[in-house]
This record gives sequence, C-alpha cells and structure tokens, in this order.
Amino acid sequence: MTKKIDLEESFLYDRHLLEYIHRASEHGLYDIRGLGAKRKVPNFDDLVFLTASASRYPLEGYREKCLTRTVLGTRRAKKPITLDIPITIAGMSFGSLSANVKEAIGRAASEVGTSTTTGDGGMTREERASSKTLVYQCLPSRYGFNPQDLKQADAIEMVIGQGAKPGGGGMLLGLKVSPRVARMRTLPEGIDQRSACRHPDWTGPDDLTIKINELREITDWQIPIYVKLGATRVRDDVKLAVKAGADVVVVDGMQGGTAATQQVFIEHAGIPTLPAVRQAVEALDEMDVLGEVQLVVSGGIRTGADVAKALAMGADAVSLGQAVLMALGCNSPSYFDGQESVDVSDEYAKLGTGPGYCHHCHTGLCPVGVTTQIPELEKRLQPDWGARRLKNYLQTLTMELTTLARACGKSNVHHLEREDLVALTVEAAAMAKLPLAGTDWIPGDGRR
Amino acid sequence: MESVALESIDLQKLSVRQLNQFLHHEIGTQSLSRVEILNPKGLHNIAVGLDAPIRVDVRGHGGYFLGGMNRQARIVVHGNVGWSVAENMMSGEVRVKGFASQCAGASAHGGLLFIEGSASSRCGISLKGGDIVVGGHVGHMSAFMAQAGHLVVCGDAGAGLGDSLYEAVIYVRGRIHSLGADAREEPMAEEDYATVGQLLNRTGLDYSPRDFKRVASAKTLYHWNVDADQQY
Repeated sequence: MTKKIDLEESFLYDRHLLEYIHRASEHGLYDIRGLGAKRKVPNFDDLVFLTASASRYPLEGYREKCLTRTVLGTRRAKKPITLDIPITIAGMSFGSLSANVKEAIGRAASEVGTSTTTGDGGMTREERASSKTLVYQCLPSRYGFNPQDLKQADAIEMVIGQGAKPGGGGMLLGLKVSPRVARMRTLPEGIDQRSACRHPDWTGPDDLTIKINELREITDWQIPIYVKLGATRVRDDVKLAVKAGADVVVVDGMQGGTAATQQVFIEHAGIPTLPAVRQAVEALDEMDVLGEVQLVVSGGIRTGADVAKALAMGADAVSLGQAVLMALGCNSPSYFDGQESVDVSDEYAKLGTGPGYCHHCHTGLCPVGVTTQIPELEKRLQPDWGARRLKNYLQTLTMELTTLARACGKSNVHHLEREDLVALTVEAAAMAKLPLAGTDWIPGDGRR
Repeated sequence: MESVALESIDLQKLSVRQLNQFLHHEIGTQSLSRVEILNPKGLHNIAVGLDAPIRVDVRGHGGYFLGGMNRQARIVVHGNVGWSVAENMMSGEVRVKGFASQCAGASAHGGLLFIEGSASSRCGISLKGGDIVVGGHVGHMSAFMAQAGHLVVCGDAGAGLGDSLYEAVIYVRGRIHSLGADAREEPMAEEDYATVGQLLNRTGLDYSPRDFKRVASAKTLYHWNVDADQQY
C-alpha cells in the first residue's frame, strides 16, 4: 500500500519564505537587488474609467484633438518647463545605467517632447547633449554635483526620498564603479559605494526652504525646482515641500524601482502609489496650491491607462523608470546586435534567474546591456535602437492616454477627473477614496 | 556703472537677490576686482554661485550657505557664519574670521575654506576634494563620509570624527574625542607634514605640522562585510 504523502504547505512559512530563512541561515546576509516591489498591492489596475454613454458625450477617438501639453514649474520659476506629453522620465543614474542607455533615453524623450532626469552620479555629456529638457537631481550624495552642470539644467530636482527605499541611501556595488563612474563620483574604483540617506548641508524642512532659495539664487530664479519624496507620510511631506518653496512635487510610490537596495526595503517600506497620489492631491488642495504647484507621480506607471488614471486622480504628470528600462529590453530573452536577435537566456541562468524574472541590476551583469558598466555588455544596447524602442513605447502610452480621455469626453488629458473613475476592490476604493464600482460607497469616508 | 576698484553693497538697501544678480552678471562686465557687502545681518545665501576671480568682503555675520558653490572668488567674512558655509565649493577661497555653524564646507570639491574660530558639527561632511582649515575646534561627526581633500583642525575634534571616511585625510592638533566607524589614526609621513605645512602657510597660522595627528580611512568598509553589520 502506498503511504499518503502530506504536502500541506504553510501559508505563513511557504516555500518562498522557507527559502529566505534557509538562505539567511546559511549566509548571514540580507538580499540586495534592483527594480521594485514584486508583491501585489492595490494599484491603478484596480480602477476603471466610467467612459461616456448617455450621460456623457465622447470625442471621436481618432480625429478630434485631445491636448497633452503639460507645463511644470509655474509657481516661482521664470522659465517653467513645457512638455508635449505628461509622461516624463524619472531620475536614473549613470553608474546604474550605461552611457548608451542614458543617451537612448535622452534621444527618445526629446523626440516625443518630454523631459528626462539625471540621477546619482551627476550629469553625463551624452545625456545633456541628447536631452532637450533635462532635470538635474540634487541628491544627498552630491556625487558629481557642480555649478557648471546646474547652470545647464532645465530644472532641479531636490531628492529627499525614493519610493523603493524611502529613508534609505543608495548602493552601487563595486562591479559597477568603473573608472568613469568613480571619477564622476570622486571615489576609488571598484569599491562598494554607499550613497548617503541624508543631505550633507541641510536637515529639516526649514533648512530646505533656505536650500531651495540658495539653488534659486545660483540659477537666478530661472528654472523650476522639484522636490521628490518617497511615499510614506505623504500628506505631511507634500505640505512641507510646498512650504519650503517647491514648484513641483514628485511623489514616488512603493512600486518605484531602484538600481540596488535591500529587498526588505523594497517590499516593506512606503505606501503604494494609489493612496500616495490621493494624499498628495489632498495636501495640495488643503494648502490651496492646486494648479499652482504641479504634482508628478511615479512608482509603477506602466501603461497609458495608468497615466490616465494618475491624471484623473489629480496628477499633472507621471514619471517612468522601470518601464523605460523594460522598453529598452530589460528582462527580454534577447538583445538586438544590429542585424538579429541574440538569445541570452543562458546568461540569465548564470545569474540564477531567467528573462521575465530578473532583478539583478545590482550585479552590473545585465544580459541585455541596460544596467551595466562592462563595455562588452554595454555594446548590446545601442542608442539608435534603444531610442527607437523607447520612443515607440512613449508614443503608445500617449495614444492610450488620449484614447481614454476622449472616451471620457475630454479634449485635454488634464481635464480627466476623479469623477471619471471607480474602484474594483474595497481596498482600492478606500485608498483612492473613490466609490466601489456600481455603488456610492467610499470606504472610510464616514458616509453610509 | 563706471569702473571702480571697490564697490560697496549695503544689504539694508538691496536684497540678497539683487546682490547675487549683481555678482553673477554685472561683475564680469566691469573692471571691479573687489566688492564689499555691508549689513549682512545673518542673511542667508549671500554671495552664492559666484564664478569670477574677485574678492568679496562681508562686513558682519552671514547666515546659511554663504559662498555656496563658489568658483574662483575669494570671500572674506568679517564675522560668523551659519550652516553650510562654502558648501559644494569648486575653487577659490572662503575665509571666516569668526566661527562657523554646522556642515561647514559640506561636499566641497575644491578651493580652500579657512575658519579662524571653531566650527560646529559635521564640518567637512561629504568633502570631495576641497581643503578646510579650522583654527579652533570642530564638532561631532566632522568629515562624515568625506571622499577626498583635507580637513586640518588646530584645536580638538568632537565625537565620531571621520565616520565612514573614503579618501579624505584629517589632521588634528588637539584631542580627538572619538573616531567614527572605519576611521583610524595613522602615523604622519613626510607628505603629511608637507600638506599640513602648506595649508597652515596659506592661512597664516603659526603651528608646527609636527604637532598634528593623521586620521584616515581603515578601508575595512570599502567592500561589503557581513561582520561589520553595525558599522555601516
């Protein structure tokens, strides 16, 4: 008689968790990885649009105009930024990404009329030359931060935090600290580099007010100043950023990506983008600066539908990071060598992963040449090819965005509004403060 | 405006914004070599973002970020300064005749910051190649994560000196309260005596380089080390 084998898996100690405990027990190390949260959290997929019907009048999907022009930094800057679309590229460092990738991003962004952003490590000549509109980040590390580049910037982004690791500093492991990266960051080559989690020259919000004024003085009050926040205490933080003088507030939800940080940070710190955007809009409203201070939302924006929903909830623009890398081939089984696709599944396997599952940006061994500083790998992503792919992707998002906006009867994507949305789950309804589909019920609003 | 050797700007009559506009844009069009700022009264962001080989005398106390991101200019403060004097300085010189508050010379890439009095905590934090000389003492966590350049302290140094240092080197004449993670005292070499002597010379301080101790990174945290858990 065959003995029955009991394979009842524990919910609390499932195979994934057991693997974690065994690995921790063996090595005494926590996991470090790239990209963003993999756990399922309420997100924009949990919302749907109430497009036009008898009670609303739609616009013709292919012929009638639907404007996408977006202006950021109107509060105090003499030269606000005007973009053709409300989809911007988030800050990603040269160091985590190759110079080819930075160039491809700049070219694609310029072709579709949007901005791109530097990152930890400073501004490369490739990205300045290729980017029509470039936002220059002022990060706690201040790697490569200098007045010459500041004066070449179209806007400044004061980075307080990042959705993937709010409250934590950055990491760039030794393999990616190439001679050029090291030179730009004033560091020895090949060391495991830590970026500071706090700014070196200011601490609290009162100091930030003075710091922002310093940057305005240095740039003669010409260009906008953004303040980027990792989404945690969003309502308070947005208000403090506004009070400190931000022209634009960028709120990055927990689904936002990183080049490298501890997994415990990625999965267990910060709040999802969905409640973050709602809280940010409420904070701006309570400060009576809606429309005066613009809101950019990031963290898991992937599709035109995500963009449309973020705008409907009150964002002025969105910012994309991980999705940009994926458009450039991240997690693809092959790269394009100029003539044909070359399969690199075996290289993913050497990293202990596979295409579709990879988050090994921190190793610098990216099989498709996106997150690397190794010249042989970097060559796998050529700027021409990358720029074309990314342009196509951004163009697709824009078409999806305007399709939804027209169907809601809007001739301008910025006219999308909360009233156009409902939630599919109780959690999303509570976090977004939108009615559950088919009901008038908004969990937590006190009404019955 | 006609060319003169010395231009006086009174911050009781002009705003800091007007001052900086003048220093950024009009200075290059004139043959001015020297500007005097009167009545600074602790105002923030005085003379930030300068990029000309001029001399600026600040007659009184300055607030935060005085001389921030300076290139080329020689700025002398005849008083005390608030937080982050000469932050991110690229070149030139900032001299403070009084005392400096926190984060003096933060992230400075080049140039010389000389504080005749003492500096508060985090002096030289994130230093990236600039030189800082402090005539008096420095507060806790000075030269935190300093990457390159020199911090010369003629008095005592507070707790956690040189925590998480990279390649910057610290020289202290007085007592060191305690060293931060990965910082260690090392023997002075001839090169160190020469460096200290040269910096003392530039500031006019009359101390013997032989009286200084060298503090530098032990480099045990340059690569990820599981056994250094609480030191990261």
